Amino acid sequence: MPKLPAVPIPPRFLPQPPPPGTQRGRPRTPLEKGAEAGKSAVDWIDERTSLSGGVRWALFRKVPKGTNWFYTLGSATMIAFLNQAVTGVFLAMYYRPDAGGGAYESVRYITNDVFLGQFVRGMHKWGSSVMVILVFLHMGRTFFFGAYKYPRELNWVIGVVLLILTMTMSFTGYLLPFDQRSYWATIVGVNINGTGPLLGPYLSDFLRGGPEFSATTLSRFYSIHMLLVPGAIAAMIGAHLYLVAKLGTTAPPWLRAKPEPELVEEQL
Amino acid sequence: MAPTRRPSKSKYTADRGVPGAFEGETVTRRRFMTGTAHGAGALATMGFALPALAFAIGPIFNNDTLGWQTIGTPDMFPDDNYIPAVIVIAPGIGEAGNSTVYIRARNASIDTTPPTQFNRWIAISTRCAHLGCPVRWVPASERFICPCHGGVYDLQGVRVGGPPPRPLDRFFTRLHDGYVQVGARYSVNSELRAFSPRDPGEPLDGIGQYLYPSRPSVRI
Ligand code: HEM
Ligand code: FES
Repeated sequence: MPKLPAVPIPPRFLPQPPPPGTQRGRPRTPLEKGAEAGKSAVDWIDERTSLSGGVRWALFRKVPKGTNWFYTLGSATMIAFLNQAVTGVFLAMYYRPDAGGGAYESVRYITNDVFLGQFVRGMHKWGSSVMVILVFLHMGRTFFFGAYKYPRELNWVIGVVLLILTMTMSFTGYLLPFDQRSYWATIVGVNINGTGPLLGPYLSDFLRGGPEFSATTLSRFYSIHMLLVPGAIAAMIGAHLYLVAKLGTTAPPWLRAKPEPELVEEQL
Repeated sequence: MAPTRRPSKSKYTADRGVPGAFEGETVTRRRFMTGTAHGAGALATMGFALPALAFAIGPIFNNDTLGWQTIGTPDMFPDDNYIPAVIVIAPGIGEAGNSTVYIRARNASIDTTPPTQFNRWIAISTRCAHLGCPVRWVPASERFICPCHGGVYDLQGVRVGGPPPRPLDRFFTRLHDGYVQVGARYSVNSELRAFSPRDPGEPLDGIGQYLYPSRPSVRI
């Protein structure tokens, strides 16, 4: 078992030996006492969970030469997802999935009357587009860098699932304001699902919760939008990042791997 | 060297030399416990998963017909122009559950389908047969026009332009106590033959009726 790399703490933050000529038992400053308390709290948890090994394994990885800003697009997507999750939780505190007019009214209330409501709603609304754009940019990065090749095919597949789930979020979220645009866009979107042969009609019935758009449709979309799919996305991001940590990231395609000298001689 | 055939194993654990075997025992207790634990886990999981699944897909098999809805008296509807009427298609959600239908009296010179007691008035659904946007009857051009992707239909509701794959849906109509009533929806193919209702976007000509099966619970 190779030794895990030590946490790269800059030297000036490492514990200092007492200055020469000072008493060993010098009274500690409040700052030192605080740091000590923090350390012992972390130690207490680590002694009972051994989490630090996993954290170090996941975070202090070696990255290939040539790693650049494009490699941050995945993390940017994840931050966009977290933004959606957090703002969504707070929107859910005011939102009412009531197709009889309550949904529209509750969104109007959030926008016009709730303190910072328009801002939080805006974060969620615009953030959804940001997330979709970032997913595609990240997908483009992994595609053009050849990062989908062996042994990372499975991560590409998980990525495709994440892409589909992200689009499902967009589709189900679009209905929730329940204005004319939401309503007709959802009618059209559900009917597009229905045009799939054989299974399409059942899929569109499942989405509507029956043959006609009804009160059930809105509650269904709301539950899918705020419970089912976010949970699935969180789980999938976990699997995605596990594989990133496990396999490491790819070097950019313009960097040629330099073989070990003895391997070169063998080939000659 | 030819592979030697292994002697077939006895089904008794005692013969196979499993430690602590009982007389006549064929399944080890470890295997039995593993099977029991997995079986109990599967049973418990299905105990909540199956009802939840049935709960989610149940509405597909619902058939809450709304019955007949009165929309006016026979003298309100000419046979060469459509009159709009509002009916409920999803109860309990106010305006969002209403829909417009266009009605005219049957006109023997253009309506060639055999007359029955349910088509004395022709009730055309405003749900576009492309993807479900609301079409509008434009009397000047005698066309139904869809605002979304340019679907155009003639007086019969048959597509004359744009992407819709079949004519506009219709509703059964009847005369009841001197009032005109609108009943269940049905879909038609390009020859105006009646089919069980289908969602928009699903063609009914050729193999279309088989590629897009109707709901098991809603049949005309
Ligand atoms: C919710 C959406 C997603 C999130 C939060 C996410 C997150 C991440 C993160 C943080 C990384 C680390 C490396 C990097 O940032 O480039 C990564 C790598 C990767 N992602 Fe995603 N991703 C998402 C969607 C996708 C999609 C749609 C695809 C492609 C279909 C994809 C394919 C990959 C692949 C192949 C890698 C490995 C890259 C390498 O080894 O260099 N991901 N992802
Ligand atoms: S919905 Fe009418 S043309 Fe597309």
